[in-house]
Amino acid sequence: MTTVDDRPSTPPAQAPRRVNPVLALLRNSWRQLTSMRTALILLFLLAVAAIPGSVLPQRGVNPERVDQWFVDHPDLAPRLDRIGAFEVFGSVWFSAIYLLLFTSLIGCILPRARDHVRALRMKPPAAPKRFARLPQHAVLEAPAAADPEAIAAVLRRRRWRVVVRGNEVSAEKGYLKETGNLLFHVSLVAVLLGVALGSWYGWHGNRILVAGADNAFCNTRQQYAEASLGPRVDSSDLPPFCLTLEKFEADYLPSGLASRYWATVTVDEPGGAERTAGFSVNSPLRLGSANVYLLSNGYAPVLRYTDKYGRSQTSRTPFLRTGDSNATEEGVAIFPDANVDPATGVRAADQQIAFDGFYLPTVPAEGPPVRSAWPEERDPAVNLLAYRGNLGLDAGIPGSVYELDKRQLDDGKLKEIGTKLLRPGEKWTLDDGSTLEFVGTEPYITISVRHAPGQTLLLVASGTLLLGLMGSLFARRRRVWFRVPPPEGGSPTGGSSLVEAGGLPRTEHPGFADEFAQLVAAVSGDAPDARRAREGDE
Amino acid sequence: MVALSDQLVTFAILAYLIAMISHAVEFALGNARKVPAAAPARELVGAGVGGVGGVIDEPVVPAAPQRPDRSAARAVLAGRIAAWLIVLGAALHLGAVVTRGLAADRMPWGNMYEFVLTGTWIGVAAWLVVLWKQPGLRRLGLFLTLVMVLLLAFAELKLYVQVEPLMPALQSWWFIIHVSTIIFASGIFLLGVVPAAAYLMRNGWEQGRRSFPYTLARRLPAAAGLERLTFTLHAFSFPVFTFAVIAGAIWAEAAWGRAWGWDPKETWAFISWVVYAGYLHARATPSVKRNVATWIAIVGFLTVMMNLFGVNFFFTGLHSYAGVE
Repeated sequence: MTTVDDRPSTPPAQAPRRVNPVLALLRNSWRQLTSMRTALILLFLLAVAAIPGSVLPQRGVNPERVDQWFVDHPDLAPRLDRIGAFEVFGSVWFSAIYLLLFTSLIGCILPRARDHVRALRMKPPAAPKRFARLPQHAVLEAPAAADPEAIAAVLRRRRWRVVVRGNEVSAEKGYLKETGNLLFHVSLVAVLLGVALGSWYGWHGNRILVAGADNAFCNTRQQYAEASLGPRVDSSDLPPFCLTLEKFEADYLPSGLASRYWATVTVDEPGGAERTAGFSVNSPLRLGSANVYLLSNGYAPVLRYTDKYGRSQTSRTPFLRTGDSNATEEGVAIFPDANVDPATGVRAADQQIAFDGFYLPTVPAEGPPVRSAWPEERDPAVNLLAYRGNLGLDAGIPGSVYELDKRQLDDGKLKEIGTKLLRPGEKWTLDDGSTLEFVGTEPYITISVRHAPGQTLLLVASGTLLLGLMGSLFARRRRVWFRVPPPEGGSPTGGSSLVEAGGLPRTEHPGFADEFAQLVAAVSGDAPDARRAREGDE
Repeated sequence: MVALSDQLVTFAILAYLIAMISHAVEFALGNARKVPAAAPARELVGAGVGGVGGVIDEPVVPAAPQRPDRSAARAVLAGRIAAWLIVLGAALHLGAVVTRGLAADRMPWGNMYEFVLTGTWIGVAAWLVVLWKQPGLRRLGLFLTLVMVLLLAFAELKLYVQVEPLMPALQSWWFIIHVSTIIFASGIFLLGVVPAAAYLMRNGWEQGRRSFPYTLARRLPAAAGLERLTFTLHAFSFPVFTFAVIAGAIWAEAAWGRAWGWDPKETWAFISWVVYAGYLHARATPSVKRNVATWIAIVGFLTVMMNLFGVNFFFTGLHSYAGVE
């Protein structure tokens, strides 16, 4: 795509003079950097550098798998981490490659843009002396268009850029090639800018949203389980809005594959009344200030624990999908404030209660109830283990709200006290007379809320990139000349009406011979005949 | 309908296999340069794609009165039979793709098996277009049928899955736009690697190398024409591939909330794009030798294959629709 066309003549040789060695070094480095060879090497390096980003898990893509990799390779992982192998696309070396590449690119397109503007303003060059030396040439006998202006008119109709100089006609076509080439490369820079804008000013957060007004979510940093704000975004910049999940519908095919998801939410934005909106996979909820994407869904079991003093607490902690296709879920219900003596208000540290286990939307008809048989709720049940003791929540060590601290079990501070399968409405009475009731479930969805500025720029730049690419690949620069004998005698051809034509493809282009022949035929006036005659020759 | 599709695939593989054998016979029998050419005029005009017309194995200028070599005439016959067998195979192959789509009641691009099935058909169809425009390149059919038989047999044996409807994540117009263009570009890239590899062998042969891989190229068309065809095919599919990646990014924004997220599939698409961009730049740079540029195109194809097979089999990511375990 580059460096095929010859440049306009080089500036006259400079008089020898002393050059500052630092400047010379800088200039030489710049020339090296902007050379095609360097650009090719950088392109190759860029491709190679991206490979580890697919082989190793990446924090930006899947942080859980990075953690798992650390567990599996305790020796290697920290060393790889130090060189940024888990954040390849943000690493210093990857950035260095693409920044150098883009510098090289800009260094290449700036002078070419200048040359191209010059070429666009220049008239097609004068005809060479001998047409016979050109790749294409022809002699026309008594053409229909015999004077320069008539020939020029034929060429102009075919959208050539034409200039008439005396008895010569010069024409050039295919400027689109270099225009497209420059547009493509400028668009690449614009794409990079769009990406940069998105990463500086964008933000996103993920969370689970359980159905019901009690579980509504408002857009603040603390409300997200996981959030990432661009370097130019502050928590206070997040636009205020609230979402309540009203309903979640899923349809399934007989094979168990989901065929449709639909989430209905109430949106409360400032300056507007509450409204209801629906969204799905592939059609996100587009609010003015952010977009809400549906990532996943599940059921949150509602578990009511009544302690031995008769006080009830309810857990609606979502159970997370284990990954099987029938929506088996795994999770916990934790009651740290259970068994507080109402008379004294003293919390017995060893009387905390927790349950963990599975939730199955459909208990299998036979076999152990550990894996669901269908992704919809046909015969739902929770299969739970009960624990009593010290949950270890006061130790100050951050833990997941979706699993128990297993160290407490290992230390013997937390003890298993039984296991049971509960269907909705069923109650389980524990050894101390307290009860757990499986009230039912509420659907939940996992959402990603995102604001990505620069996407319009990305879209526009991608479009111009494609246009430019096609121009640079498919347009062909070429020149033709026609020479008509001077009107009054004394012509080199002896005053006859022979018109000479020559053509030069400036881009390698096997179809040029045909085009030239057609052009000559058009100037001759009897296009079909001339064409047939030519084919007969060959 | 599924059974019909499966049978059609089997027959298509058979047709390609016999075509391959026929091409091999054409290769084994004599030097076609001695054949007094029928010299179809179309060769001269049909330069729309690359215009290698006439330089290859059926000379334009009527050959000097030589005694027609009988084995060479048989070679031409074998080659023509092979070409028509490929036409037959392509028809059966198309039937297999269409019936598969009818059976699934959707576009037949829902899993890796269907992807390979459709992509290889694109490659064969594009080959027939090339052959129609430049009959002189016919002998490349040997390599093409070899690639097709290998890929299709692998798809039948290792990738085959039952027909399933699309999961919600794939139910979008972008499914048709993104996947069809990716398949189209991959099919052309697949075809492009045939003249690329042939060029590298033939170029070595023309430079006087007589060791093993180069000897295969003794009866191949001239290197320059192969090289030009390689470029034409890549220059054609690169913008399609670019469009497909952009369409994928637009779809990813709607489905996953981000246009680009360095999912393994995306990463390898990026790598392929960069490598093919490198090829086009190298091809356009006079100081880079043509065989170096062609090697870059081959590397590009390897990255496409890595994206298809390697990423589906070894990595987990969001593009896990292959249906293979």
